This record gives sequence, structure tokens and C-alpha cells, in this order.
Amino acid sequence: MRVMVLVKATPESEANYMPTEEELSEMTAFNEELVKAGVMLDGEGLHPSANSARVSWSGGEVTVTDGPFTEAKELVAGYWVWQVRSLDEAKEWAKRIPNLGRDGAVELRPIFEADDFGEAYTPEIRQREDEIRRQTAK
Amino acid sequence: MTTGIHRTVETVWRMESAKLVAAAARITRDVGVAEELAQDALVTALERWPVAGIPDKPAAWLMGTVKHKAIDRVRRNVTYERKQEELAREEQVHSDDQPDWDEALDDPIGDDLLRLIFIACHPVLSADARVALTLRLLGGLSTDEIARAFLAAEPTVAQRIVRAKRTLAREQIPFELPEEPELANRLSSVLEVIYLIFNEGYAATSGERWYRGELCDEALRLGRILAELAPGEPEVHGLVALMEIQASRLRARTDRRGRPVRLLDQDRSRWDRLLIRRGLKALERSWAMGGPPGPYALQAAIAACHARALTAEETDWIEIVRLYEELARVAPSPVVQLNRAVAVGMAQGPAAGLGLVERLADEPLLSQYHLLPSVRGDLLERLGRMEDASREFEKAAQLTRNEAEKQLLLERVEACRGQIPS
Repeated sequence: MRVMVLVKATPESEANYMPTEEELSEMTAFNEELVKAGVMLDGEGLHPSANSARVSWSGGEVTVTDGPFTEAKELVAGYWVWQVRSLDEAKEWAKRIPNLGRDGAVELRPIFEADDFGEAYTPEIRQREDEIRRQTAK
Repeated sequence: MTTGIHRTVETVWRMESAKLVAAAARITRDVGVAEELAQDALVTALERWPVAGIPDKPAAWLMGTVKHKAIDRVRRNVTYERKQEELAREEQVHSDDQPDWDEALDDPIGDDLLRLIFIACHPVLSADARVALTLRLLGGLSTDEIARAFLAAEPTVAQRIVRAKRTLAREQIPFELPEEPELANRLSSVLEVIYLIFNEGYAATSGERWYRGELCDEALRLGRILAELAPGEPEVHGLVALMEIQASRLRARTDRRGRPVRLLDQDRSRWDRLLIRRGLKALERSWAMGGPPGPYALQAAIAACHARALTAEETDWIEIVRLYEELARVAPSPVVQLNRAVAVGMAQGPAAGLGLVERLADEPLLSQYHLLPSVRGDLLERLGRMEDASREFEKAAQLTRNEAEKQLLLERVEACRGQIPS
């Protein structure tokens, strides 16, 4: 299974804090360990919300807001995509993430596979999703 | 609470099991004993952790425990001088009363893991035994899981593993990295085993879906690990590239009713772009090493031609023909010739392809291979020779053992018959 690991933003990450050389080498070592174990498929860091935008809608009205956004805990500062054999395994890997800053959190979100939808995923829904995929691929 | 800890123990153990077996094997020089010791460490953890709590560094704890057990075992078995010398060396490394768990984890375990892969895939073992032993020792799969994935009875698989371990002990296969000139042959055996595991999952025509999918994942995981352990081997990256690109199509290769969809008919928006990107990168890595490309790199390059084409019409068939010709030189086989004929049929038209297929008609290795009449039927259909085409599809339907494929072929028989001018 694949798990997306969402790294939650912190006041430091929002302030565009650059990690020290030591922190950076710790993180590099951890990433290397993930690669060596065949776990890491992908991963990137994200700009602070000051460089970002949000598009929201409500009752048919679309609003575009430029960052920064205030609620740091609800923001994402980076992500990994891990290939693991269970969510438990992802938890164990996540416990080994070097702690940057005093407080921090990651959220482990299994990526949906088509089969996860089970019976509710009718051929009709599937077909509609296929249509959407086709259009977005263009 | 205890169940939670049990799950943690089992998860961590499974994540580390290959390394544990590898480290124990370096000390005991016997993979059978090493596996037993890794299992012992699991039992010890299951006893201790619920009482004493989960250690700060559970992986290091397991590794330290396994090494101590291994040294104990060697110490008990010492019967002659040479072993004693070996023991003295090991003792020097592990003489601290307070073992340094960090150091235990930082040991250059990579080489041990590579040795373990090479020994599990040793050519002295049959292909079946190599596959089972690799899944057991490197994947940490239980006998039951392996049996389910391969639709075999559990005792059969258990027997196979026991015999394999015995053979390795009897033949006194050393726990060492092979050197030139043996290396090339040993490495190709490793790649073959990983690709066999992948194909068993990929070509799944029956069996429990879940376990089959796991086999593809497991083969990819082993390939990715091997690529980091032996980064200088172009064929390792070639194999990884091939598997990544093939796996990228898993979602698109069956339709909603579970029937196979041919490559050119697949909805390419369902191809997994992340895996394609990874596959192309691995291929680049392989190619960048120079030298004549091997069979895996060439097959990956062919798969990459399809992956790069956003629509079936954009496929670079001329390049594919060229690559098949090179593949036929490096790894000649009638199946490669048949695939080359298909590519020629696309690049230069059905008549040219048919000419090449006809030359394979008497090939004994293909006499029971359903794709030969299937390809011939395809080319005949495109030439408008519907009656001949329907006969070929019928032949193919009789030869295939895959029920879904058979249905598809029978439909093509009907479609061709419908177009025969009366």
C-alpha cells in the first residue's frame, strides 16, 4: 500500500526557517534510509504559505485568497509518498523521522486504490471518474 | 494494550527481518540457523516488550539481540581452531558488556544483505526454491503467505524451503559476495528470481488477488533495495525500470469486468505517472553507465517507448523495432522474434509483420504458445483476410489457459466471421 505522509507546517516552516547543516544531514540520512529500504517513492518540501494561494467556494461563489495563512497547524509543509506493507509499518517509519524544531507532526494518509471503494464503487461511478481522468489528462 | 504491543513487535520485526537474518548469517555462516535466530529474537521481543515497554530504538534492540544469540550459538558450536579464531574476531567487535545499540545498527549491514540475496538466489537451487527462499529470507513472508501467493499447498512450500536450506549447507555455499568471473552469472540469477516474483504477481490469472498484488510490490521493493546495494550494475537498474513501468499499467490492464485490455487499447490516463517517472529515471541511470545494454535495460527501453507515448498513435514503433532487434541479438528467443514481428507490423504494415510471423510457424518452442496464432490473426485481420484471421483466433482460444483471454479471443472469432463477405 501507499501512504502519503503530510508534514504539518510549524511557525518555523512558515517563517521560511532554513534547517541547520546538522538538521539537514540528519534528514538526508533518514531519506537515504527510506530509499535503501525501498520505501520512499517520492517526497518534496513546500514553500511557506506566504508564497501560496487558496481557492475556495461557497454557495456557487468562488474566492481566491493569497497567503500567508494564519492557522499553521492546518497547513502542510511537505510530503512523502511511501510504499509500505501496512499502516503499522508507516507508523514505525514515521517514529524515526528526525525531529526538526521542538514541536512537529506528520499525518499518515493511505492513498486510495480503486479496490478500496468496494461495492460502493459502481461501474457508473468508475466510468464517471474515468471521464474526469481523461479530461484532466488532456 | 498487549495486542497493540504485539502488533508493534511484529511490524518492526518484519521491517528488520532481512537485516537480522543477514547479520546472523555473517556470524553463524549458515542461513538456516540465522533464520531460526531471527525468529528467536521475535519470540524474545514478544515476551519482553509487553513487560518492559517498547525500547527507544526497537530495530537496534532486535539487531543486538540477534547478534548476541548468534555469537552464543557459535561459541557453543566451536569445535576446532579456525572457528575459534573467527569467534575471537567477533568477540573483539562485541566484547562490551554494555552493548552499544547505536553502533549495532550502524554496522555496514548492506554487504550482509547483499550476501543474503546472492545466497538465497544461488544457482545450486531450483528456480522454485530460490523464489520461496528469497520471499522467506528477504521478504519476511510466512510460509503460508508464500503458499497462497503461488497457489501451492503450505507443506509443499515449507518442504521446499527446508530442502533449499539443507542444500546450501550440504554444498557448503559460502556466505560471501561472488567475485568475477562468477559475479555476472550470480547476478543474473538474482535478477531472474526478482523478475519471476514480479511476473507471478503481474500475470495473475487466478488466486487470491490481494496476495498476487503483494508479489508485485514485494518484487519492486527487492529491486529497489538491490539498486541501492549494487548501484554500479546497469542491469539492476534496467530490471527496476522494467518493473516500475510495467507496474504503472496495473490499473489499466483489466476492464471493469476484470477482462484483460491490450496495451494499445488501454486508457493511458489510468497509467501511474509516478511509477513511470521512477521507471524512466532508473532507465536513464542504467543507460548512463555506458557499455552495451543488457536484456533488462532493453526490455525497459521498449516499455519506456510505450510509457512516453501519450496516445497509442504516438508510439515510436521504429525505435521499438530497433530495440527488439538489439534484444534478439543479446537474448535470442522465438518470443522476442514474435514481439519484433508485432512491432514491424506496426512500423511497416501488417504484410511485413506477417512475413516474419510465418517464419516462426515451425518453431517448436512456440507450438503451444497462444500468442503466435493470436498475433497472426491480428495481422490477417488488418489485411482484411477475415476467414484466415478467425481461424487463427480460434486456435489461440484453444491454446490459452486464461479464461478471460479465451472469451476475448472467441469474441474476435465472431467479429471476424461477421465481416466475411458471403
